[in-house]
Amino acid sequence: MKRRLSSYRLRIETRLDNPGWMGIVSAILGVLLALIIGGFVLRAAGAAHPIATYQKIFTEAFGTFADWRAGISALLNHQACPKGSLCFGPLSDTLVKASPILLTTLACIVAFRMKLWNIGADGQMFFGAWAATGVALFVLPKTTDRVVMLGAMALAGILAGSLYGAIPGFLKAKLNINEIITTLMLNYVAYKWLEYFIVVGPWSIGDFESTGKFPVSATWPRLTEYVKQFPIVAGLTVHPGIFVGIIAAILLAWVLYRSRWGYQIRVIGDNPKAARYAGINLERNVILVMVISGALAGLAGMNEVAALRTLTGRFQRGYGFTGVIVAWLARLNPLAAIFVSFLFGGLLVGTKLIQPQGIASMLQGVILFVVIGTELLFRYRVRLEKVEQIVVPETGAEHDR
Amino acid sequence: MTESLNAFEMRGIVKRFPGVMANDHVDFACHPGEVHALLGENGAGKSTLMNVLAGLYRPEAGRIFVSGQRVTFRSPQDSIAHGIGMVHQHFMLVASHSVAENMVLGLNRPRFFLNLSRVEEQVAALGEQYGLAVNPRAKIWELCVGEQQRVEVLKMLFRGAKILILDEPTAVLTPQEVESLFHTLRDMTQRGHTIVFISHKLDEVVAISDRVTVMRRGKVTAVNVPSRETTKAQLAKLMVGREIFFQIEKKEAQPGKVVLSIEHLYTDNDRGLPALRDLSLQVRTGEILGIAGVAGNGQRELAEVLTGLRRAAGGKMMFGDIPLDKHTSWVNLGQKLAHIPEDRAAVGSAPGLSVAENLILKCFHHPPIAAGWSINRVAVHQNAVRLVGEYQITMPSVDTPARMLSGGNLQKVILARETSGHPELMIAVHPTRGLDVGATEAVHNILIKQRDAGAAILLISEDLDELLSLSDRLAVIYEGRLVGEMPTKGAEIHTIGLMMAGTKVEA
Repeated sequence: MKRRLSSYRLRIETRLDNPGWMGIVSAILGVLLALIIGGFVLRAAGAAHPIATYQKIFTEAFGTFADWRAGISALLNHQACPKGSLCFGPLSDTLVKASPILLTTLACIVAFRMKLWNIGADGQMFFGAWAATGVALFVLPKTTDRVVMLGAMALAGILAGSLYGAIPGFLKAKLNINEIITTLMLNYVAYKWLEYFIVVGPWSIGDFESTGKFPVSATWPRLTEYVKQFPIVAGLTVHPGIFVGIIAAILLAWVLYRSRWGYQIRVIGDNPKAARYAGINLERNVILVMVISGALAGLAGMNEVAALRTLTGRFQRGYGFTGVIVAWLARLNPLAAIFVSFLFGGLLVGTKLIQPQGIASMLQGVILFVVIGTELLFRYRVRLEKVEQIVVPETGAEHDR
Repeated sequence: MTESLNAFEMRGIVKRFPGVMANDHVDFACHPGEVHALLGENGAGKSTLMNVLAGLYRPEAGRIFVSGQRVTFRSPQDSIAHGIGMVHQHFMLVASHSVAENMVLGLNRPRFFLNLSRVEEQVAALGEQYGLAVNPRAKIWELCVGEQQRVEVLKMLFRGAKILILDEPTAVLTPQEVESLFHTLRDMTQRGHTIVFISHKLDEVVAISDRVTVMRRGKVTAVNVPSRETTKAQLAKLMVGREIFFQIEKKEAQPGKVVLSIEHLYTDNDRGLPALRDLSLQVRTGEILGIAGVAGNGQRELAEVLTGLRRAAGGKMMFGDIPLDKHTSWVNLGQKLAHIPEDRAAVGSAPGLSVAENLILKCFHHPPIAAGWSINRVAVHQNAVRLVGEYQITMPSVDTPARMLSGGNLQKVILARETSGHPELMIAVHPTRGLDVGATEAVHNILIKQRDAGAAILLISEDLDELLSLSDRLAVIYEGRLVGEMPTKGAEIHTIGLMMAGTKVEA
């Protein structure tokens, strides 16, 4: 006697066809969905109209249409911005924020490409900032040529960041110690290191928990310095750091997709066994990737102090973690990272005035969560499947089918 | 009904995997209280058959009876409910949990409150009863592999298994641990347990089992052979088969200078036990040296040590006049040393990269692919288009990720990459395993062509037919030692069988 029973079950299959546009669609959908979820949180936090809040964030970050129009006409007429406002002010602030984000993002991308989870870009950035400050204040004389000074600071930042990245890289390669733990923990070491120099120790001036002001030669030139030639740029603090990031992104894209070394990194990231089979030295590349990752983060640190023109005890933490999120949103593509960093810079600038202060982090977290979630939905196909089943037990051995 | 005699019976089991007939109408049965060995080469279908019995796989056709009653298993839970438990080759234990916690993992009872100390007592009692002493409070990671295996066995006993399937249980054990396992197994049969012992090690099969069933290429080749009435040599012959199923056209070999020379080579396996002991071999240009041996006698380690994936523990290897040691730059050897790995998909390809990128894995360090620090994209594309045509690889485009290729096409990609660069030495490990007849023939022809072009080829295979029809000389290894070497022409299959079982024969 046979009893047939049908039931349903969910089947999750890997999608074999995975066209490139899907990544973009999933990122956009993810951000939209995150904004909707974030809207509910904003509501709960007391915002009467979350959409109005988002509008406010947007204008704070990028300016209003009217501002832009006024700015463009002022630019064409070679005039200053009307009634003392900053037409491109928000945009300038956003670019200033975007440049360290872009560099830490690139640091994350190069490591993540090899499936090395460096979440210590923050600490590496701190060391870069520390070393660049040391060069600016204590190594080179104040009168050093600006280009030389900034170059030396960048070199110091890169060196310090890469050495700091090399530690977890070395531990991973030689002793197989989990890099997530080491990089995360080393962040706190870096925070304390900086705290010692600025708050407690030798570099602070009086009770200000701050180094002295950098000599002019050790600072990024700001756009506002050219106000005599172009009245429109009055008050704009945007500096060449963003170009450093963009150049680094283009270089990294070339290295990853066009160079022999980048090919090796991608093979290792995709299948370490195949890499070993091809004779690629995994250990050396683990260290090398961590060094480069740390170097990019260190450069972010130098970039930040050269923009702030001083190093204080409140040097901002968290760029390294924002870099993790942006790296994922950009699907580990260095060129996409330029665009996403800009948006995230805007998010940070736009939410500056919003209370409670955690809104920016909340939105970042929700965005990452949702984007990774939607990405899974695109990677896999979920299907409801009907199963027909013969049920146990059956009596006796009867005829074969 | 005759089934009532058997602890379980499987009839006409059919299980297909993409491109492979893993079980082709297999019949298998065990008496209660016996140790029944299921013998066969890797990929013969033993594990598949037992996974069907354990409820992990569902067969496309066939029936299973337990104590004469027809059953259908939808999951391992159904199977264990009928008293069937399997100890897998790779243990299914949670490393950070204790022994007792692992016991109750996946059980439906207790439903709410877990009285762990009671479980611990039960486990201790069970361990004592069966001579499987383990500390129930110990975390799995603290235990050595032998102990972990005991935990697996205990887990099945704890769940009330009367029929115990052990998948290659001795592969990870030291000789002492093997002895103690055998002792336990005999003890268990005394208590009425039935044991299925999957293995390809002849010594152990003869030592522990009451009866033997042999599988080959998804089919049963010998049923219920009483272990006492057979010899290792006979079993070896049953295992590797002897019918010639295709004949290969090949010219007389023209061996030239020595390309690969191995002297007194030693190496260890993953467990740190000796895998190769004092092995010396030479391979010349224009010849194929076949390595014969029952699986697990050092073949895998030999291939790995020769291709830089494993360190030698002693001895010397020369590739022409280049020493192969820890200073060797394997990337620079590139295509001169070709390697068709045993586990093609997992080792030989990067599934997320495109076919074109997979095709340059061995030559990206040399022009024309390499151009300074960069990779010449045009050359990569041209290389791919050329090889895809030459080796008749079917795919949407050369930019398709390798993971989208079928097994046969992926094998062609690897073969194309490894053979297109005119290798001086080629190490082919089970190059036709899992392939259908057509693909097998194509692979054989490629190997012969390489030989005639002057390559030295080391062919490691478990298929004696393949070895006999392809290779010019045969070397037989047993437990990592060279048992003997002979020209293939005129080699007696009986002699080879004896040598594969470890007997020194004057050839």
